Amino acid sequence: MKARVHVMLKNGVLDPQGEAVRHALGAMGFDQVHGVRQGKVIDLELADGATEADVTKMCEKLLANTVIERYEIELI
Amino acid sequence: MRAAVIVFPGSNCDRDLAVAFEQAGFSVDMVWHKDHSLPSGVDIVGVPGGFSYGDYLRCGAIAAQSPICKAVVEHTERGGYAIGICNGFQVLTETGILPGALLRNAGLKYICKTVGLKVETSDSAFTQGYNAGDVIGIPIAHHDGNYFADDATLSALRDEDRIAFTYTDNPNGSRDDIAGILSHNRRVLGMMPHPERAADEGHGGTDGTALFRALSGVLTPA
Repeated sequence: MKARVHVMLKNGVLDPQGEAVRHALGAMGFDQVHGVRQGKVIDLELADGATEADVTKMCEKLLANTVIERYEIELI
Repeated sequence: MRAAVIVFPGSNCDRDLAVAFEQAGFSVDMVWHKDHSLPSGVDIVGVPGGFSYGDYLRCGAIAAQSPICKAVVEHTERGGYAIGICNGFQVLTETGILPGALLRNAGLKYICKTVGLKVETSDSAFTQGYNAGDVIGIPIAHHDGNYFADDATLSALRDEDRIAFTYTDNPNGSRDDIAGILSHNRRVLGMMPHPERAADEGHGGTDGTALFRALSGVLTPA
């Protein structure tokens, strides 16, 4: 079993890296980009029997800092 | 007076912090991150600056899960004193001992320079050697020092007089110019600037000395 965890900064938390990417895209002529948010994708290879609840615990304890980040779990 | 300085793989201010404690009269134990307990009779724990675990995942995130950090959390829960500087501040927020988080600097650059800090409160063991309103010069050296907390947390910090230091000229985008905060019981200080790098004439400034001197003599082991 595999899980893919998407970690993104919460709305309202400044993302200076995403903002820098937006600036760069604008400078390249991609005027259609109004905003960029940058996050992380973490792939987990899990032992048989692991559950989504286990992955949620991993997210809460380590993979995301829920003060500033939200996460989504995708089982793949 | 005994201080314990935690050493993670990637810590690089641990020895500077130990010297600052020693010059203020502490005996210092260096404690390895894989240890499960602090030496008995420790009056204060220092979590030093550096790049623990290469800043992988998030600054301080993996260090916060290390065996010794469990002991540090228990120490603070017993009412023990602790100071986290730079990466140490990041570690303390990741453990939940201190509220908020440290984001990438708003200007995206790593900044290494001496900055002006305003002492916001003298009501703590750490800041009683200053007067509220004093402006001191202390170096910063960080890439992720942009303090973030939600509005409710910020107003609680303000209402409870727990903002220890603010920047006179905000270098990193921190909310409310915050450079350092105190725990609820005022016995844990987290700050991004490095007082241990302004604690000897050879550093070019000694404005950090008063912090360490003030600590010696007032602490009780937890």
